[in-house]
Amino acid sequence: MSGDVKLSCRNLWKVYGPDPGQYFKSSEPVSDAAQLAARMRSEKHIPAAINVGFDVHVGETFVIMGLSGSGKSTVVRCLSRLIDADHGQVLLDGEDLLAKSNRELIDIRRHKMGMVFQNFGLLPHLNVIENIAFPLRLQGLSPADQRERAARVIDLVGLGGRENAYPRQLSGGQQQRVGIARSLAVEPELWLLDEPFSALDPLIRRQMQDEFLRIQRVLKKSIVFITHDFLEALRIADRMAIMRDGRVVQIGTPEELILHPADDYVAQFTGEVPRIKILRAGQCAEALANRPEGLPQVDPEARVEGLMPLLAANPKGVDVVEGGTYVGTLTAASLVAALAASEGAQAREVAHG
Amino acid sequence: MAEGRGAGSSLSGAVVWLALLGLALGLALLQVRFPVLHAYPADWQLPLGDWLNVLMQWLVDHTKPFFRFLSWVMGFPLQWVSDLLAWLPWSVSAVAAVLIAYQAGKRPLAIFTGVSLLYVLAMGLWPDTMNSLALVAVSVPLAIALGFGLGVAGFFRPRVERFLTPMMDVTQTVPAFAYLLPILMLFGFGPVVGLIAGVIFAFPPMVKNTIVGLREVPSEIIESGLMSGATPWQLFFRVRCAAGLRQILLGVNQTTMAALSMIIIASIIGGSEDIGWKVLSTLRKAEFGESLVAGIVIALMAMVLDRITYGLATREQDMDHDKGFLARHRFGVTLLAAMIAAYGLSLVVPALQVWPEGWTVDPSGPLNRGIEAFVIAAKPVLDATKNFVIFAFVLPLKIGFYKVVSPFTWGFTPTLWHAAFYVVLVVGGAFYARTRGRGGLAIATLSFGLILFFGLTNMTWPGLAALLIYFGYRSGGMRLALWSAAAMGFILISGSYDKAVLSVQLCGLAVVASFIIGSGLGVLAAESDRFSRILRPINDTLQTMPPFVLLIPIIMIFKIGEFSALLAIISYAVVAPIRYTEYGIRNVPKEVIEASTSLGCTRSQLLWRVKIPLAMPNIMLGLNQAIMFGISMLVISALVGTDDLGQIIYIGLSKGNFGIGFLAGIAMAVIALLSDQFCRAWQKRSEARLEGAYP
Repeated sequence: MSGDVKLSCRNLWKVYGPDPGQYFKSSEPVSDAAQLAARMRSEKHIPAAINVGFDVHVGETFVIMGLSGSGKSTVVRCLSRLIDADHGQVLLDGEDLLAKSNRELIDIRRHKMGMVFQNFGLLPHLNVIENIAFPLRLQGLSPADQRERAARVIDLVGLGGRENAYPRQLSGGQQQRVGIARSLAVEPELWLLDEPFSALDPLIRRQMQDEFLRIQRVLKKSIVFITHDFLEALRIADRMAIMRDGRVVQIGTPEELILHPADDYVAQFTGEVPRIKILRAGQCAEALANRPEGLPQVDPEARVEGLMPLLAANPKGVDVVEGGTYVGTLTAASLVAALAASEGAQAREVAHG
Repeated sequence: MAEGRGAGSSLSGAVVWLALLGLALGLALLQVRFPVLHAYPADWQLPLGDWLNVLMQWLVDHTKPFFRFLSWVMGFPLQWVSDLLAWLPWSVSAVAAVLIAYQAGKRPLAIFTGVSLLYVLAMGLWPDTMNSLALVAVSVPLAIALGFGLGVAGFFRPRVERFLTPMMDVTQTVPAFAYLLPILMLFGFGPVVGLIAGVIFAFPPMVKNTIVGLREVPSEIIESGLMSGATPWQLFFRVRCAAGLRQILLGVNQTTMAALSMIIIASIIGGSEDIGWKVLSTLRKAEFGESLVAGIVIALMAMVLDRITYGLATREQDMDHDKGFLARHRFGVTLLAAMIAAYGLSLVVPALQVWPEGWTVDPSGPLNRGIEAFVIAAKPVLDATKNFVIFAFVLPLKIGFYKVVSPFTWGFTPTLWHAAFYVVLVVGGAFYARTRGRGGLAIATLSFGLILFFGLTNMTWPGLAALLIYFGYRSGGMRLALWSAAAMGFILISGSYDKAVLSVQLCGLAVVASFIIGSGLGVLAAESDRFSRILRPINDTLQTMPPFVLLIPIIMIFKIGEFSALLAIISYAVVAPIRYTEYGIRNVPKEVIEASTSLGCTRSQLLWRVKIPLAMPNIMLGLNQAIMFGISMLVISALVGTDDLGQIIYIGLSKGNFGIGFLAGIAMAVIALLSDQFCRAWQKRSEARLEGAYP
């Protein structure tokens, strides 16, 4: 989470309607976004992205989660400038993409960005290897280079042996592997994925998520990942943003969102998540005055779900130790207490809404 | 047409209908006293034909050098291609054609092409065929280039498309014959006329398919192209065109077929030693055997060209880019090598150079005798059929029962009692329909009863105009009423009324017949897979064939006359209702059928209560297409002796009178456009009735 900022999106607005430009004439930053958006709606304009801002760090997977119509696809298209935003900044390595000329933009897309689409966006007349090599061919690389670089990513996504198949001969999962391979063929630094697994069957989706995590462990790209599936977001996100009606409602790590949902809307999503899946040892440990000797030691970041067998084997509990310093002791009782507190907080929040 | 509205409006609608029918009846009875009702007076007409002639003359005078220059320029490629095709030994062309056919459709198409070529050679028609092919080979690329260019312009500029669409609709509804004369006047006599006519007639499908192909590329494919870093040019050619290629190539297929069809029609001008001229000249000399032999060549040519262009358009790509130059261009290299080999061989074996005289056969003699024998043997049956149709349908619709029925035709002398019985039958039928709640059917029964009694030609123009305009109002509101009034007005003022009525009579009868036959066959095809399989190749053949070829067998058997024209139109127009009905019924959602079956529908209930009503919009589309096909065939069937607008166009063409020919062409287009408007209105209604029926 620490490290340099790769992509920074600031005060991004996208408005549909007869004349969106009228709202952003003054150079001053917009003071009250909600008020301005309400004004737009009353004047036959539709704000699809309202004052959206977030940072993506180097090597981080940043997930934007929202239901359909929440503006998440608009945002990712503004990041890649498939759609031109009406206001705001998109800084890639500190340079504003929105100010780039078309020429420069093509160059950036050819070398720095890769994008994966929900319905794959494969070219029907090209086979697997040609689809993957397509961006390289557009750059005018020699056929030998094209083949070599395409072969490299083809192995990465596990499509070896299907090089000469055409998209229509492949299953959805395989087609999306081609889409992933194509987006990686240019070795991008920023990887955009727009609901890449939403068009797939649940089982295949799960499998593809694992593949994605495996690839990301190897490549460590800076990623913006769009999804409408909260559990998918939880599985893969380092940090995530929740969008609703064009606005970012909350940004944070999955734990932060679950433990401290910003409003009822977020709570509706987080409410479904079993607490045992997200609580970590440090959050459930209790500092004991007279701690028993010779207990096993665990890291505070360890998820409690994985510690259950250890806890079962050690009725007295386990020590939670961070860098040699004692944090507390995790016992069956402290775990149950932490779960109860957390579920109680959740229930109160839901009832409150 | 009155159902589906409120009861009050339906009732008053029926009153208006009855009043109008009464008016029409009164006018029809009064026309003996007032001849002005029968024939629209010449004083009230405008000499539009003369004006057109003046306009055309002015155009010719001022633009002649330009068009003649264009004609001169286009003469060159045509000359080159036809010289090349004439110079090439037949074996070389044949090898090339078979290989291309193999590439497009594997072995079956290659064999079909080979056999077709052997037929052409054996009949000694190779040179004529090559001359036609040269016209196709030059006009198709021109039409494709023009169509693609306009299509791209229309894609990028919606305003261009808005301008092009109605233009193309008109160029496609004005009968093909009507084009020939202005082209002749502007470009001068010669084979170039066929070329230009081919291009003008053939480019619209290319425009439409290009626009559709480019537009329907999914946005994600475009976005993925952009994200791959495509420049605007790369995005257009490598992404958009490439992804929409299949649709664009279907445009090539349709353009080729339209060009061929027009080129065959254009040979009516003469001067080109092509296969269309062969058919026509032998047909005029009543050499049916020869004509049929040559007509089959056209049919084969059409089928081969259609299958090859279609095959190439829908071919699965299997190129392997990893291989070297030879592998990538394997087909081109093979083709060239085979052609060179064939050429080398033909230098040694003269029989491969020019097809030897001794190998040709002329089956036309025995064919003629066979046809003659058949016609004589089957005369009683043929005559009976023909007379039945003429006396029971064609003539009543034309001049009415009261003139047709005589001892000679119906076997009895009509008396007042017969007329009374007829009236009782019609009114009783209408009353019965009304009691069953079918108000529209009741009105239709009364209208047809009236029209069949007097005949369309004796219906008086004010009477018909009133009925038409009100029918327009009931079908499509004020807009369609205005359309109807404008169309009727134009036809009256231009002096085309008499001939237009005859056109409507002939074409209407043919369309109704083909709609009844066609939708019946379509229902059968939808219900039985086996029947559908049998029907499909017949449909394909009928639809691929240039319409003019259909005339040959019909004239052979039934000779020249209105009945032959009727048959020709039916056989051309019947395909569309078959196809659309089958498509419509087969595409009724499965859930609806399952639900109805589970409710206990019998098979016939399922068909009549569920499938046909749900398929209605498509069936209506079939009717619309049948009308369009019928009208285009009507003009061509003028060749077999009809007496309608088609004949006028034909006369205008042969006498070089642009004005009257083109005016008749416009009148025909007006009828076609009006029918189209009616069909759309009905289709909209049947769709509106189904709105919400589908999820």
